[in-house]
Amino acid sequence: MDLLIDRFNYVAYVILMMIGLHAMIVKKNLIKKLIGMSIFQTAIILFFVSIGVKEGSTIPIAAHHDDHAAKHAAPAHDDHHGEKKHHEELHAIDPDDFANPLPHVLMLTAIVVGVATLGLGLAITQKIYRQYGSIEEDEILEKIRSKDV
Amino acid sequence: MFEHSLMLTILPPIFASLVATLMGLWKPRFALPVALGAIGFSMFGSIITLASVTQDGFVQYFLGNWSEPRGIGIEFRVDHISALMLVLITSVAFLSLIYASGKLKEEVPGKEPLFYTLYLLLTGGLLGICMTADAFNLYVMLEITSLTSYALVAMGSGRRAAFSAYHYVIMGTIGASFYLLGVGYLYIRTGSLNMMDINRIILEQGLQQSPTIIVAFIMILIGMLVKMAFFPLSGWLTNTYTHAPSCTGNLAAPLMTKVSVYVMVRMMLTVFGVDFVFDELVWSPIMVWLAVIAIGAGSIMALAQTDLKRMLCCLIIAEVGYMVGGAWLANHHGMTGAIFHIFSDGAMTLCLFLAAGIFFHKNGTGDIGALKGMYQRMPLTMGAFTLGAFSMIGVPPTCGFFSKFYLIRGGLESGHYEYVVALLLSSLVNAILFFRIFETAYFGDLSHDDHGHAHHHEEVEVDEAPPTMLAPLIVAAVSLVILGLYNSAIASFIGKTLTPLAIGGAG
Repeated sequence: MDLLIDRFNYVAYVILMMIGLHAMIVKKNLIKKLIGMSIFQTAIILFFVSIGVKEGSTIPIAAHHDDHAAKHAAPAHDDHHGEKKHHEELHAIDPDDFANPLPHVLMLTAIVVGVATLGLGLAITQKIYRQYGSIEEDEILEKIRSKDV
Repeated sequence: MFEHSLMLTILPPIFASLVATLMGLWKPRFALPVALGAIGFSMFGSIITLASVTQDGFVQYFLGNWSEPRGIGIEFRVDHISALMLVLITSVAFLSLIYASGKLKEEVPGKEPLFYTLYLLLTGGLLGICMTADAFNLYVMLEITSLTSYALVAMGSGRRAAFSAYHYVIMGTIGASFYLLGVGYLYIRTGSLNMMDINRIILEQGLQQSPTIIVAFIMILIGMLVKMAFFPLSGWLTNTYTHAPSCTGNLAAPLMTKVSVYVMVRMMLTVFGVDFVFDELVWSPIMVWLAVIAIGAGSIMALAQTDLKRMLCCLIIAEVGYMVGGAWLANHHGMTGAIFHIFSDGAMTLCLFLAAGIFFHKNGTGDIGALKGMYQRMPLTMGAFTLGAFSMIGVPPTCGFFSKFYLIRGGLESGHYEYVVALLLSSLVNAILFFRIFETAYFGDLSHDDHGHAHHHEEVEVDEAPPTMLAPLIVAAVSLVILGLYNSAIASFIGKTLTPLAIGGAG
C-alpha cells in the first residue's frame, strides 16, 4: 500500500497505458482505437513528467535576470568587489531546489508527435469512411471480403 | 576530412522537402528536379562520410556545438556500420526516386509535389536514425519516418491502401511508444540520453543487474521488434507494402525494416553493451528460437501466396528472422552476417520490388500466373529479377549467398544448429518459390491454350519497361553482384567497429 502511494504517478501511468493498449488492440471502432492511442501516448507523457519531479522543488527558472537588472540600476562603482561576490552567491544554485526540466522538454516534442499522429490517424479514418461508408472494422473487413470473392 | 559531411548528408532532403512543397504550389513540374538534386547531394555527402570514416574510424558532429555536458546536446556519430547504412539509404532513395519519376503520374495523380515532400522527409528521417547518437533524437527521427510512411502508404489509390495504412499507424505507434518508454527508463537510471554516455555510465556504475536497465532493454527491444515486423508482430507488413503505391513500396520495403534492425543492433552494441546483452541476459537461445519461428512462418506464408508482391512481403518477414537470429547468435560471425545481410537484403528487396512494380505496370495485376512468357517479352527486366531471385535463394556470385554464409558460420560456431537448419530450409523454400515463377515466365506459353505446340514459334514482341523504370532495376541487380564480390572487404570494414567489442569472447 505504501508503494502504491509513493509511486502513485507510476501506477497511474501503467493503468492508463494498459487501458490505451487494450483499446488499440481490442476495440473494433476505428475512432475508439485512436482514442486508445491518445490515452497510451498521454500515459507516457505522465511517466516522463513524473521523472522530472522532486519533492519540495520549484519550476526550473533561475532568478538571474532580476539580479542583472538590479545591478545595472545600481550606480555604485566603488564596491565592485562586494557586488561580484553577491553575484556569485546568487549563482550557486542547488539543483535539488528545481524540478528537472529535461524530461519536460522532451515531452514537448512527444506531444507534438502525438498530435501529428492523431491528426494523421483521423485523416486516414476519414478516407476509410469515404471509401467504405463505415468506421467499424468488422463491417469494413466484410466489405473487403465480399469484394474479393 | 570534411567536418560537416554529416550535415551535408541529412540537411538536403529535409530542406528540399520544404522547397518541394512550395514548388508544388508554384510550378509542380519543378518538384522532381528538386527532389533528385537533394537526394543526389545527400548521396554525395554520404560517400564523403564513408571516406572520412575509412580514414578516421568515425565521424562526430555536435549540433549547435553543444558538446558539454554530454547527454543533453544532440550528437551525431557515424561509425563503420552506420556509414554503410547512409550509403545504402541514399542509393536506394535515389534509385526508387528515378523509378517514381516515371510512374508517379499514374499512381498519385495531382499529388506529385506532396509525394516528393513526404519522400524527402522519409529519407531524411532514415538518415537521421542511422546518424544520431542521442537516444531521444532517435525517437524523433523514428516518428518522422513513421508519420511520413503512413501518409505515403495511405496515398495508394486502391481501396485497401487507407485501411492498411490505418493498421500501420496503430502498430507503428505502439512500437515507437515502447521505444520511448525504454528511453525513459534508461534516463531514470543513467541520467543521460547520449548513447555513448549511457554505455559509459552503465559500465562505470556496474548497472548491468539493475532491473531498471533490464526493463529499459525489454521495452526498446519490443518496440523495435514491432517496427521491424518480427514474426508474431508482423501482421501489418504484408498488407501495408502490398497496397501501398509501388513508388512508396520501393523505398519503404527495402529500408524501413532494415533500419529498425540497425537500431536493434545499435542498441545492443553501443548503448547496452555486448557484456550486458550477451553475458548478463542469457536470452540468446530464446531469441534465436523466435527467429527460427519467424523464418519458418515467413517461408510458409510465402508459399501460400499467389500475388507476387505479397509473396515478397512474406519473404521480408523471413529475412527479418535471419537478421534478428544472426544478431543474437552472440558471436562475431553471426553479428557480421546480420549486418551484412542488412545491406544485401536492402539491395535485393529493392531489386525484386522494382521488378514487381514493372510487372504490375505491364500486366495490370500482381498475379504470378500473369507472368507467362515474360522472358521473351521483357528479357532485361526478367534477367534482373532472376538475379534478385538468385540472391534471395543464395546462389554464389550474389550477395545473398555470402550473407547466408556468414550467418551459417556464426550459427555453427555458436552451436545453434536449429538456426542453421531453418536458414537452409528457408533457402530451399525460396528456391521452390522462385523456380515456380521462372517456370511460368520461361515455359508459360503466351497463347491461351496449353496444347499449342504447333504455333509456339510465333513472333513475340519485346516490350520492355520505360527506361526510367528499367535503369534503376538494372543498377540494383548489378549491385547485388558487386556486393557479393566485395563481401570480404565489406565484412572487414564492418569488423573494424565490431572487433574491438569482442562479441562472444574472441574477436
